[in-house]
Amino acid sequence: MDLHALTIHELQDLLGTREVSARDLTEAFYRRIAALDDRVHAYVTLTPEQAFEQADRADHRRQMGESGPLLGIPLAIKDVICTAGIRTTCGSKILHNFVPPYDATVIEHLTAAGVIVLGKTNMDEFAMGLSTEHSASGITHNPWDLSAIPGGSSGGSAAAVAADECAAALGSDTGGSVRQPAACCGIVGLKPTYGRVSRYGLVAFASSLDQIGPMTKDVRDAALIMNVIGGNDPRDSTSAAMPMPDFTRALTGSATGLRLGIPREYFVGGIDSAVEQAVQAAVQVLEEVGATTAEVALPHSEYGVAAYYILAPSEASSNLARYDGIKYGYRTPQWSNLRDMYMHTRDEGFGAEVKRRIMLGTYALSAGYYEAYYQKAQQVRTLILRDFEEAFRHVDVIVAPTAPTPAFKIGEKTDDPLQMYLSDVFTVPVNLAGLPGISVPCGFNSAGLPIGLQIIGKPFDEETILRVAHAFEQHTDYHRRKPPL
Amino acid sequence: MDYEVVIGLEVHAQLSTHSKIFCGCSTTFGAPPNTQTCPVCLGMPGVLPVLNRRVVECAIKTALACHGEVAPRCRFARKNYFYPDMPKNYQISQYDEPLVVGGHIEIPTPEGMKRIRLVRIHLEEDVGKSIHGEHLDDPHASYVDFNRSGVPLMEIVSQPDLSSPDEAKLYLQRLRTIVQYLEVCDGNMEEGSFRCDANVSLRLRGAREYGTKVEIKNLNSFRNVQRALEYEVIRQTKALDAGEKLPQETRLWDTTRSVTRSMRSKEFAHDYRYFPEPDLVPLATSREWVEAIRRTLPELPDTRMQRLVTEYGIPAYDAGVLTSSKALADYYEACIKRYPKPKLVSNWMMVELLRALNRDGIEVEQSRIAPENLAELLELVDDGTISGTMAKTVFDTMYETGKAAAEIVQEKGLRQISDENALVTAIEQVLANNPKEVSEFRAGREKLLSFFMGQVMKTTQGKANPHAVNKLLREKLAEKET
Repeated sequence: MDLHALTIHELQDLLGTREVSARDLTEAFYRRIAALDDRVHAYVTLTPEQAFEQADRADHRRQMGESGPLLGIPLAIKDVICTAGIRTTCGSKILHNFVPPYDATVIEHLTAAGVIVLGKTNMDEFAMGLSTEHSASGITHNPWDLSAIPGGSSGGSAAAVAADECAAALGSDTGGSVRQPAACCGIVGLKPTYGRVSRYGLVAFASSLDQIGPMTKDVRDAALIMNVIGGNDPRDSTSAAMPMPDFTRALTGSATGLRLGIPREYFVGGIDSAVEQAVQAAVQVLEEVGATTAEVALPHSEYGVAAYYILAPSEASSNLARYDGIKYGYRTPQWSNLRDMYMHTRDEGFGAEVKRRIMLGTYALSAGYYEAYYQKAQQVRTLILRDFEEAFRHVDVIVAPTAPTPAFKIGEKTDDPLQMYLSDVFTVPVNLAGLPGISVPCGFNSAGLPIGLQIIGKPFDEETILRVAHAFEQHTDYHRRKPPL
Repeated sequence: MDYEVVIGLEVHAQLSTHSKIFCGCSTTFGAPPNTQTCPVCLGMPGVLPVLNRRVVECAIKTALACHGEVAPRCRFARKNYFYPDMPKNYQISQYDEPLVVGGHIEIPTPEGMKRIRLVRIHLEEDVGKSIHGEHLDDPHASYVDFNRSGVPLMEIVSQPDLSSPDEAKLYLQRLRTIVQYLEVCDGNMEEGSFRCDANVSLRLRGAREYGTKVEIKNLNSFRNVQRALEYEVIRQTKALDAGEKLPQETRLWDTTRSVTRSMRSKEFAHDYRYFPEPDLVPLATSREWVEAIRRTLPELPDTRMQRLVTEYGIPAYDAGVLTSSKALADYYEACIKRYPKPKLVSNWMMVELLRALNRDGIEVEQSRIAPENLAELLELVDDGTISGTMAKTVFDTMYETGKAAAEIVQEKGLRQISDENALVTAIEQVLANNPKEVSEFRAGREKLLSFFMGQVMKTTQGKANPHAVNKLLREKLAEKET
């Protein structure tokens, strides 16, 4: 039996009947990692010592009569989420040696639920990018085509899930960094509503946009992880005091009575024809399982990328100021005074894309430019939110492509950041509006690269997008296909 | 030329909460370096601030005491600049949406009360402290102590309503009194829990436009505030008189050399790139909350001052001085309770007690004379045991030793001589020894009475009851004439 290929709930069935132990699973995944990861390069740090301890603890807990949907399940964690005692680099040289003395809130929750952390996954440096080509630890490859990008910035997590190098993973999504790599790698990726999941211990890129989300082999697994990581956290003032439902109860297998909004602006210019066809076909499937469709207008979405690339870098320029070589992380070996030390440390410690965004953000916040850039972008953000609010008066969810194209080739867009940024066009508005969005596999192009369907929901209505995604999954088999590794 | 001095003050008051503004670390002063820190106040990756509610309450209290308006909604903002003692390289502060807008403080000037308007009160976090030192492991390295990082600060910004260094000092003292009455800040300038920056400019008297503003930093005592401002007023006056154009700049008060020196000019001023703090939600202050806090306010200096005037009938100026610290006012009222002659007590406190305290630079809490002891001293004057002049000597001894008045009188044998027989003997001796003066007095030089008084006091070593001597002297001098 290929244990590594199973979903969380399938593994849980085996664990429950004691057919396998958490230790067996951990061994199976490390074997898989050993066999594949030098080609995929999903991981930057493996933590077998801790993992086997956690596995034995989970097995012990089960022997003591405990059970739980994540008890003994091996996961991978994006290297932007702090793990006590485990190096957390954010894909950056500047944090190459940073070992957090604390766990992120989500890690605390997962540990309490009995999860095993196999290791930390590769990512674009500080989550800035959508190809996982901008990492101090090297490039991650798409399991479906090793010459293609896995998407990003949670490319390591997406590739690890797609290559069955873990049961599931956590990613983070600031402008599409969970959904877009999920689409590129043919897996499920959920970005929760802003405030649903605590950001405590998530190394900040853009604080007003960042959310941690599950990356899984099917929709049920995403719901299971959400049940554990979601909820109000007193350590995160922006986390919402909203009731936490059991998300698996939303998975009815039917979309009957649900109204799907199709944003006309998302199907014009620049969209790959295979993507367009796959998404149209997906809408048909959803109609067949009981949903109705209506066209909705999101007229300000076209300004989403422009607003995003002001706001996210602005916040980043401030968030990343703390990496100065004084307290932790990389410090230049050669300097003669404080200013010198700052400059060399940051010049040597940050990669080109991060520096580009720090400069963008610093500029946008500067006296004399603030009103024209930052404030204007905030106004656009409000307009985008209003578009969604208006649309959601008529529909329950909005369906759209996750990304305009399937995964592109490694190196294809590294010299053209603007072209690269446009791959965020369908995901960014969702972050700006703080809404939940999920990407589910909905087809493949002629080259065999996966395509993602994005389902966007009302604030704190993850249940409905999970329900639609699950209904779609029940009537298709894209999520079951495995890459030819 | 005749210039008008324009001064505005920015005061940073460290709030006396047990824990820091955005984390649970202790705020105790003087702990070993970096022992009162956590990932949050160390600015580690991924941590988030959580606002301490008690900090907001302190600022609201201050706002209510200063008649400011508590904004129903305010926001925190990030102030971005690089500094080694600032762990995140930004400071969480407030910018365009402060917690408190407006307000005023009344200061007791010799010409009467003057109202100084406030611009705003806002909250922010303190930074750490750089340590450079020979005593450390590596004498060539710099170290940072983050214990202070995240300690809550309240910044109180005044309008440029102060027109002299004296007024600036009075304002600071009044403000400190208020925060001490409220128990939101200990007001200790030496430990840095009450710090001040001053903006000062000159303009021709009657001019409408303000002159070029100079900011002065590092003013860590009332005395330094006054001295630095006095220095700066003279410096600017000279420059303007010489036809120079003053640059807008930040200057540092050099305590040892007693001069201000340029720190940075406007061109090198920081661009702080303020923007709303995305890690904190906007702060809402409900009317109920504010009213609940209002009900906890103690009697404030202004109210107490009014009460002292109406209840004891002392002048407003006296009441202003006596309420300048809660401890001083408490002292006064304790004294009155035992010795109910308000103006007399006020005079003694303002002249004798405060002179001694100011001379030694200590607070009334540290005085060795308890209020009951001062009352007892005044009683001894009233019942004729000692004279007013003797009382001053006794007071000095009380201040030095902390002994009770009666005990000192006893020990030093200071008891006043009121016995008529003893006094008549002394007077007759003085008159016999000074026949020339006696004749002159009798010829009409009545001024000589004080000469005789002095001589009698001298022979009695100052112990004679002056009232009795006066009466008996007049009798004796008149007697011989007939």
